Amino acid sequence: MGAGHAHRLYRHGHSPVHRLPPHCKLVAVLGFVVVVVSTPREALWAFALYAVLLAAVAAVARVPAGFLLKRLAIEVPFVAFALLMPFVVPGEQTELLGLTVSVPGLWGAWNVLAKGTLGVAASVLLASTTELRSLLLGLQRLRLPPLLVQIASFMLRYGDVITDELRRMSIARRSRGFEARGVRHWGVLAKTAGALFIRSYERGERVHLAMVSRGYTGTMPVIDEVTASRAQWAYACALPVLALGVCLLGWTV
Amino acid sequence: MSRPARPAPSPEAAPSSGVAPSLEVSGLAYAYPDGHQALFGVDLTVRRGERVALLGPNGAGKTTLVLHLNGILDAGAGTVRVAGLPVEKRNLAEIRRRVGIVFQDPDDQLFMPTVREDVAFGPASAGLRGAALEERVMAALKRVGMEEFATRPPHHLSFGQRRRVAVATVLAMEPEILVLDEPSSNLDPASRRELADILRTLDVTVLMVTHDLPYALELCPRAVILSDGVIAADDHTQELLCDTGLMRKHRLELPFGFDPRSVAVPRP
Repeated sequence: MGAGHAHRLYRHGHSPVHRLPPHCKLVAVLGFVVVVVSTPREALWAFALYAVLLAAVAAVARVPAGFLLKRLAIEVPFVAFALLMPFVVPGEQTELLGLTVSVPGLWGAWNVLAKGTLGVAASVLLASTTELRSLLLGLQRLRLPPLLVQIASFMLRYGDVITDELRRMSIARRSRGFEARGVRHWGVLAKTAGALFIRSYERGERVHLAMVSRGYTGTMPVIDEVTASRAQWAYACALPVLALGVCLLGWTV
Repeated sequence: MSRPARPAPSPEAAPSSGVAPSLEVSGLAYAYPDGHQALFGVDLTVRRGERVALLGPNGAGKTTLVLHLNGILDAGAGTVRVAGLPVEKRNLAEIRRRVGIVFQDPDDQLFMPTVREDVAFGPASAGLRGAALEERVMAALKRVGMEEFATRPPHHLSFGQRRRVAVATVLAMEPEILVLDEPSSNLDPASRRELADILRTLDVTVLMVTHDLPYALELCPRAVILSDGVIAADDHTQELLCDTGLMRKHRLELPFGFDPRSVAVPRP
């Protein structure tokens, strides 16, 4: 083991992309997404090029296509919304596969679908090459408000502890013959949620006590300094810079 | 039948070595904001290098006393000194470095994503950085035999391992006194013995709050009983445990079949 904090999205590896400092990767992904979103939707070829860029990153990171595509499933609710657009958006109508659809709706759907998919794919790549812990360090390095970083890192630490508590409460309920069946039992479940909240709150107080006892005065001490060399920045920024080139072409052509 | 609160192996009795005692509590009284008074004048001195068990029934004020030792609670009356330094607001940072409290639930104590970062939290809060910090962390983990687990998240460890890491988190601050709250609770017999072995090797003053009387006998030559907010007895652990009247009076009970006379114990 010794691999630190493994999470389901992360894919362990030692590729050049894995080795990049987390804050460089965060900036690169954010830059890429902003560029993609600002591309005119009519420049169909530009989106194809973006996809090629991401595929290249995936290849360098040795993330298999199947892995990436499976993780893209999170996008499904947005896809459903996009598929509705051609039918509900008013405007000029046209025939497509025997259905009457609106042209602006089609463009809208394409816009959401293409940009959304590229954004999600970039994020999935980031998540599969960066451990959660390093992502937090990266965010800290990028001067995200420290309180937000602390909250996120406590979620990381205590998520399993609280899930476990919930599981024990559920076992205790079922051991006394309770089975949640229908609306009449919602009250019991609500009380469970309340009890869990109180337990978590009290744990929070005890954790705070333990922190104060070890010298906590409101800010987390810096334990791991993440630094990036100029070369690493250049390497990470290759993706958004190339994308920016594509985007500018998309506006001029 | 009750034994007067006499400071048996007290610092006055020992030849004064000129070193300030690790812990000096005198006349400590405290009432919670809701009016409930928990401590009524506690006097307790723990010399450097001593291991003392703090015994007492539930509700005797043990936790309240512990929270005074590093200034989490402010004394209503009386004083607490750690190695000569009074527990006051302006000394709090140094006091909290000197007093290492190991809380009962390691999941409360270990709040960082990895073992290494957790052990580093205290020294890093005190301003240590870089190689010196790394060295301190590994040394503390080594003392509890957990150096191989540095990069693991705490929730992937067994309960006994988490307890040991919790001890390492305060050892990393190089404390004057280690305060352990129920160190043997929830441990299986093997982990219990492993922890005892570790505690015996530590060259540090220990105050151990516990209901586990055999464990107190095994590790601490001296014990005090806190009952109704005062120190009701202070003596060699073995003698305290053998005083059946005193024990009954303070709701302390030995486990079935355990005879404190039958074991060889450490002598101060």
